[in-house]
Amino acid sequence: MIPAIEVRQVHKRFGALHALCGIDLEINTGEFFALLGPNGAGKTTLINIIAGLTLASSGSVRVKGHDVVAEYREARSMLGVVPQELVFDPFFTVRETLVFQSGYYGMKKNKSWIDEILHHLDLADKADTNMRSLSGGMKRRVLVAQALVHKPPVIVLDEPTAGVDVELRQALWRFIKQLNRNGHTIVLTTHYLEEAEALCNRLAMLKNGNIVVLDSVRNLISNISGHRIRLRLSPDTLPAALQLLTISHDHGYYVLAIEEYSQLENVMTALRAAQTQILELQILQPDLEEVFVKIMRGAESLEPASV
Amino acid sequence: MNGFLTLLYKELLRFWKVGFQTVFAPMLSTLLYLLIFSHMLEERVQAYPGVTYTVFLIPGLVIMAMLQNAFANSSSSLIQSIVSGNHIFMLLSPLSYQEIFTAYVLASVVRGLVVGLGIYVVTLGFFELPLYSFAWVFVFALMGTALLGALGIIAGIWAEKFEHLSALQNFIILPLTFLSGVFYTIPSLPPFWRGLSYLNPFFYMVDGFRYGFFRVSDVSPYLSLGTLMACFLAVSWCTLRMLKTGYKIRK
Repeated sequence: MIPAIEVRQVHKRFGALHALCGIDLEINTGEFFALLGPNGAGKTTLINIIAGLTLASSGSVRVKGHDVVAEYREARSMLGVVPQELVFDPFFTVRETLVFQSGYYGMKKNKSWIDEILHHLDLADKADTNMRSLSGGMKRRVLVAQALVHKPPVIVLDEPTAGVDVELRQALWRFIKQLNRNGHTIVLTTHYLEEAEALCNRLAMLKNGNIVVLDSVRNLISNISGHRIRLRLSPDTLPAALQLLTISHDHGYYVLAIEEYSQLENVMTALRAAQTQILELQILQPDLEEVFVKIMRGAESLEPASV
Repeated sequence: MNGFLTLLYKELLRFWKVGFQTVFAPMLSTLLYLLIFSHMLEERVQAYPGVTYTVFLIPGLVIMAMLQNAFANSSSSLIQSIVSGNHIFMLLSPLSYQEIFTAYVLASVVRGLVVGLGIYVVTLGFFELPLYSFAWVFVFALMGTALLGALGIIAGIWAEKFEHLSALQNFIILPLTFLSGVFYTIPSLPPFWRGLSYLNPFFYMVDGFRYGFFRVSDVSPYLSLGTLMACFLAVSWCTLRMLKTGYKIRK
């Protein structure tokens, strides 16, 4: 099957800054893919190159098999992009915005689909409101609607939930999950790791213009060695034997690292020997955040390449 | 509707929605020029034999307003889109750079023609203006507004702030239109200024446009038309190149 997105040896230089250093990436049709990384890692630059908003310095990108430069018409029709910034045209209403956007893609008689999107995104009663008068959350939803108006098989969302309240975030994710179930390929960048963990099946982590990890979410989490336990003790002191295992001590909670569950025995024994009482005990599940922090630290040596 | 027609329609609707500012305001200011200059100079100046100064002035003012509004349309539309960032919706779409160029130029032409026609119709109520050839009038209106529409695209993309754009408008477009023979005939100027005027492309727009009304002009209308076509081709080539390479808009 043709991959939804195919990135081959993409470099991007802005003057002396090497923003992308030879990215290779393949995203399969039907995937829910996350692009993670700290600010300035190159996520938005990569998305802009896929969308044709930025031209790569070298390398190639295909969307559904169509080169984004040579066959830009086909490539762009296959792609819906939700930009990071809340941009809108203050001259027009929500409906006009969507009608124009669908017209740009040559869609005729698109009213029923536009009505459907408006309904799903809870914008139906704002259809004839000018874009200027909408709240930030509503503008965000219009951006999502604009990306969907031409029914693209591949949808890219650049931090769609930044600055969005919890309720709207969840509604957006429900909607996007639904799209994914209906066969759309979804690519998103996000800062919220729990979001990527809950939604995506595969992810790439970017740092300083390089992909430092490309794996399934499940593999990444299962590869973390060891577990964490969180304890509250009385008295609030940790026996010396356990000091080595301590990761943090915060607000009366100790977080300890253990290699295996069997090591729990030793912890208990040490506590009993010190006559320390356990007030609370919690075994923490490894999460993506940990992987993320670990990898980003490990990749620290990858300094931004200069030209 | 296809992509090109949608963009054209959107651009037309954009200025029409604020028509008070984009159509009626320039009509009013042009009619004020006419009122003031004709009152001051009617008795004193005669540009063409047998033509009163006011009547001489009308076609010049009409085309001047058309040119300024054609430029204002594409340039302000683009700079507003780019500054606010909503131009990306056009760039994300499969629209080709030629379609973008043509839609913006045509919208500028339409705005120019609407403003010009408005002024013309109002003045017809007060003055008797001859019309020698509608074809010449139309061809110059079309070429002039198209040229300024294309220039407006360059300006709108090049300008990074509204300040840059207003500098272009006030220090280049406005002086060139004012000094193009709208208010006087070029042969009435001292030789140095006359020579300089022939280098001003706006002169050929005004002179040719006026020829369509009076059948009198400072230079042959064919020369004017040829000059304008050459300018239009050169400017269009630059504009298309900018759009194709994504100058400033597809970094």
